[in-house]
Amino acid sequence: MTGVETLSPVVSAVAAVLVLLGAGFALIGSFGLLRLPTFYERVHPPTMGTTLGIALVIGASMLVFSALESRPVLHELVIAVFAIVTTPVTYVLLLRAAIRREKAERPEHGASAR
Amino acid sequence: MSASLLGIALVAAPIMLAVAMGCAAARLIIGPRAQDRVLALDTMYVDAMLLILVFGIRDGSALYFEVAVVIAMLGFVSTAALAKFLLRGEVIE
Repeated sequence: MTGVETLSPVVSAVAAVLVLLGAGFALIGSFGLLRLPTFYERVHPPTMGTTLGIALVIGASMLVFSALESRPVLHELVIAVFAIVTTPVTYVLLLRAAIRREKAERPEHGASAR
Repeated sequence: MSASLLGIALVAAPIMLAVAMGCAAARLIIGPRAQDRVLALDTMYVDAMLLILVFGIRDGSALYFEVAVVIAMLGFVSTAALAKFLLRGEVIE
């Protein structure tokens, strides 16, 4: 903890709220991944962590580093853009794989669908 | 006073993220199908990246940012490769 104590009270309070909210969204998403009964329901909760969790923690990081270095620090936006671009791609690939595997297990539905 | 609030938050957030990684690891172990395990691995990558970012805020060091970028890229590539393997049976056709 080198420079975090030197922040102004407003900046550190806002950063604390952002960090706690982001970690809370990631925790709720992972807990939903553990609790929900079927695979197609389990796909939804982790997206809370990949959207709002990443956005809030990155916002806190940008705020703290901008206040520490007294200039706007924006390079965390790379992670946000990367997550926004890649998360739908991976989930669509994974859901297509899951649908194809379930069709291959039930040949009567697979034959009627083809 | 609120600087200590940030100190509390920077202690509590890694614990919450570690519990989140534990939930994803439990799903990785018990998950009945292979697609559940791939989804749990992707969630663990995201939680680990958030944990590295929180560590970076706590230490005030910019070095953690590069680690977070590398973990995000590895998470995307590994999840896409595993989903492609489940879809086709081989990764590179």
